[in-house]
Amino acid sequence: MQTLFPWLILLLPLAAAALISLFTRPHRDLSARLSIGAIVAGFWLTLLLFALPGAAAQAYETRIPWLAAGGLQIDFGLRIDRLSLLMALVVTAVGGAIHIYSYEYMRGERRFSTYFACLSLFTFAMLGVVFAPNFVQMFFFWELVGVSSYLLIGFWFERPAAADAGLKAFLVNRVGDLGFLLGILLVWSRLGSVHFGELERRLAENPAALGAMATVAGLLIFCGALGKSAQFPLHIWLPDAMEGPTPVSALIHAATMVAAGVYMLARVFFLLAATPHWPAALHFLEGLDALEIIRIIGLFTALMAGLIALQQDDIKRVLAYSTLSQLGYMVMAIGLGQPGPAMFHLATHAGFKALLFLGAGAIILALHHEQDIWRMGGLRRAMPLTFWTFLIATLALCAVPPLGGFYSKESILAHAWHQDKLVFALAWCGSVLTALYMFRLVLVVFGGSPRRPRDAQPHEPSHIATWPMLFLAGLTVLAGGADVEGFLAGGAQGTASLASRLAGPLAHAPFVMLAGLAATGLGFAMAWGLYRGAYRDPLPARWSTLASALRQRLLLDAWYARWIGGSFEALACLASGVDRWIIAGAAVRGVHGSVELTGRLLRLAQTGKVSTYAFALGCGVAALLYWLIR
Amino acid sequence: MASWTIYLSFIGAALLLAVRPRDMRWVRGLALGTALAGLVLGLAAAARYPADPAAPLIVLARARWIPSLGIEYYLAADGISLTLVVLTGIASVAGVLFSWNVERRAAEYFALYLALIGGVYGVFLSFDWFLLFVFYEVAIVPKYFLIAIWGSTRREYGAMKLALYSLVGSALVLVGMLAAYGVSGGQTFNLIELARGGFSSGFQTWAFPVVFVGFAVLAGIWPLHTWAPTGHVAAPTAASMLLAGVVMKLGAYGALRVGMMLFPQGAMVWRPLFAGLGVIGILYGACVALVQRDFKFVIGYSSVSHMGFVLLGLMTLNATGVGGAVMQMFSHGIIAGLLFAVVGRMVYDRMHTRDLADLEGMALNRVLPFAGLTFAVACAASMGVPGFSGFISELLVVIGAWKAFPPLAVLAGVGIVAGAAYTLRVLQKSFFGDHPRAPVEEMGRGQGLTWPERAGAVLLMAATVVVGLYPSLLLDIIMPSLQASWMQAMLKGGQG
Repeated sequence: MQTLFPWLILLLPLAAAALISLFTRPHRDLSARLSIGAIVAGFWLTLLLFALPGAAAQAYETRIPWLAAGGLQIDFGLRIDRLSLLMALVVTAVGGAIHIYSYEYMRGERRFSTYFACLSLFTFAMLGVVFAPNFVQMFFFWELVGVSSYLLIGFWFERPAAADAGLKAFLVNRVGDLGFLLGILLVWSRLGSVHFGELERRLAENPAALGAMATVAGLLIFCGALGKSAQFPLHIWLPDAMEGPTPVSALIHAATMVAAGVYMLARVFFLLAATPHWPAALHFLEGLDALEIIRIIGLFTALMAGLIALQQDDIKRVLAYSTLSQLGYMVMAIGLGQPGPAMFHLATHAGFKALLFLGAGAIILALHHEQDIWRMGGLRRAMPLTFWTFLIATLALCAVPPLGGFYSKESILAHAWHQDKLVFALAWCGSVLTALYMFRLVLVVFGGSPRRPRDAQPHEPSHIATWPMLFLAGLTVLAGGADVEGFLAGGAQGTASLASRLAGPLAHAPFVMLAGLAATGLGFAMAWGLYRGAYRDPLPARWSTLASALRQRLLLDAWYARWIGGSFEALACLASGVDRWIIAGAAVRGVHGSVELTGRLLRLAQTGKVSTYAFALGCGVAALLYWLIR
Repeated sequence: MASWTIYLSFIGAALLLAVRPRDMRWVRGLALGTALAGLVLGLAAAARYPADPAAPLIVLARARWIPSLGIEYYLAADGISLTLVVLTGIASVAGVLFSWNVERRAAEYFALYLALIGGVYGVFLSFDWFLLFVFYEVAIVPKYFLIAIWGSTRREYGAMKLALYSLVGSALVLVGMLAAYGVSGGQTFNLIELARGGFSSGFQTWAFPVVFVGFAVLAGIWPLHTWAPTGHVAAPTAASMLLAGVVMKLGAYGALRVGMMLFPQGAMVWRPLFAGLGVIGILYGACVALVQRDFKFVIGYSSVSHMGFVLLGLMTLNATGVGGAVMQMFSHGIIAGLLFAVVGRMVYDRMHTRDLADLEGMALNRVLPFAGLTFAVACAASMGVPGFSGFISELLVVIGAWKAFPPLAVLAGVGIVAGAAYTLRVLQKSFFGDHPRAPVEEMGRGQGLTWPERAGAVLLMAATVVVGLYPSLLLDIIMPSLQASWMQAMLKGGQG
């Protein structure tokens, strides 16, 4: 059972995707049921694996030979340990809720069955990343995640914006993946294995095995996370990815796929933490280690995205930048050398951010696809259930006790405080921003009076959509009681009592906790002052330069489009011109032309007149005689 | 038994020319039957390989042919040949299916088609250099007529360019062949014996580039690639499928089987140059493909880019890279066939345009949903999405290149990113640029795909998926062949 269950968890969604796309596409309901059934079954099987005695305690693997070429031997296997089980639980629980919600949200869609096929394909790919026991298999599924994300972002490909967003997401991810692939190759060529367990063992035996390339290898692998988890400077795809259907944004671009980068970093943390060492060419970087760079990038992304989120008017884009910012916190936690808290925050964030997106989806549906928050307002009375679940998720995101988000974020902040006071101070500023942009959202959307056309009568979605929201709200409330860090660290469960864990932050780091609460309070107060009953955003009037820079996403997207997109295009045109005019034109035609020219010149001699030939003959004889007699 | 792939193809061609059945069903049936028989024979031979790991070569036929010159009729197969024989089988069956609508002079068309196939099988199974060269030339002639008679855009120009390039390549190969024959003592053209005998390093240093370039012209090596896009565009659908799918592999196969196997030291000397040209081909093909307006030119230049991976893989001179290159030959053969089938048969024969700007306004995905699915799968396979053969083969090439030339591996990786860019662009413009200029119902009237098109597409898609999911199917026959003693001399150089 211990080997059968993981295979089932992984393969059921694949089977569903295959069945739907091959057979059941005309039957909408059946297709949806297959897809939902596969992931819900996966959820229960994961729970069973947790419950099986000893299953979670001992890491184990199951594998079949897959590929052997030269010195490279790769198995296709599954690695079941605490880390992968936790992540599988997050994916199937949050994913299951979102699958069910999709059933309601996508009801009127022409390609309803195709949508579920793509969703199941994504689930399969994501679970493949989770259970991968080696780098090559992880890369395989990593790319597959990118493809299914492309399919789902561009699901409404009739809209140019959606098609372009899918393209952008895929290409930006590919850039990151290139670094990831090179990192894998570097590790493999130095350590002679791609298997995680084997790599860890070899590195433990000989910490200097990576030699001069240790830091470079770590950073190249981090490039993969840079793309998938949308960290600066590859963050630009995530906000555009909001062109996809809202449940997709909830599942892929909030809860799971973007978390894959953080998960991967946690999985290969031993590589990142290897003794820092630079090759001679990069000697001037000596003293800077990979984790330090990861920490800086995570922190920068968290702050930058938090700032940009302040001035977004599209409800989904606010949430997208908020996701970026929270991912920044997780990456920063990895950079602080703390994969445990990073995974804890990943788990809680998956729940409450998915909940926020589902709430946003309910609002968008109720308002007939209106996404501008300044045309909402007063929804608290019209949609009370959505309001309360949205509020719970907001409070969790702003780290208000005793919700799950509080514990995970406090844990990260506490580690930052112990290691680096500057990082802590900046992260604290990020917390203020989080509270500010989230309460701005809540106040503008739900508070005040309605700012929409009078005939619109918003109402709650049906039960099929509200149950998943309630389920996620329940998870968000209860997550604080889960001892994720302890579980990952391998300690026996239930050593610390629930009460002592819940009071943990106060006992361990009272200052950090109070500072965190103060940040949330400060952000809330600023939002209350600025946005209570507001009809339009007051910031552009007060700080116009800053606000417009934030609205244009700090000009990064435009800059990328002009310089990188433009120069690539120019290069392509240049190559095409070279091909047409120089290689095919001058060289090939040149050869062709000179042969033809020779022929034409020789033809001039063939006049057909005997006198010409006689003259030529005479000249020839004269020349010959001259040469012989001389 | 595998040698019957050659004989059957020529017999089929001769029968078609001799009988010239009036009924189109007989013509097509005969062509399809012949191609299917070849595929079955190839698969059967591949399934039994390697019967004995100690003997990586299966001798199929051996007889003296021109004893005074030491020329033998020597047919044999190892895993590399068999991989390409299976590829030829699959591509030829699919090509017949996609030629189902050829009405004009159909008997001659299929006869030339089968003759081309027979020549290709012959090249892949010859272990006598002279015999290989004969089959190599045999394959060029039908190709010229297929393009010049049944082709489309600028067909005479395309056919002439292709023929001239092929002949220039052949001339180089001929020079190398005669020189090697003379230097080795004028006893034999047997490739294995020549390889065992060995050549002086001085001779190898000049013979290798001559022979390698001679073959690599047909593999589309940069800058001698320009025949490929024009030839592909000019050729009728099935011929461009074979051209990109199989004929370009002739070049790569010859470069490996003859150039590298006989002159391993020469390969060591020259490999930085040719690996560099391979990488230039990868990047250059991708860049040019990005800005093409003709649908078929995009695919044509993508072939140049993908064949760059083959050349790079060969020049790594290590088992992973060379194995990856052979796998990439297979993979690109299938995928290019699929892409050309969609462009030439499914789209062009119905819409009569290949201009991407025009296709954007045709809502093709809704008019031809099955073609849209096929093209999406082909594009996914082409840009190396996991689960398709291209992913594994390009990964193996990059891994092999990493061992030999790390900077080139990085550039090849950049080529994979650029590959995604042009592939997704053409995918969106062709099928998913959903701004119909006329009602969809009107455009789609009476244009559903026929069963041969569906069958051919399914065959090719299945091939790339099966190999992509379980690459050992191919690797388990390719890798043992690289262990043969006559291949090891070449691979020893690539370990560093």
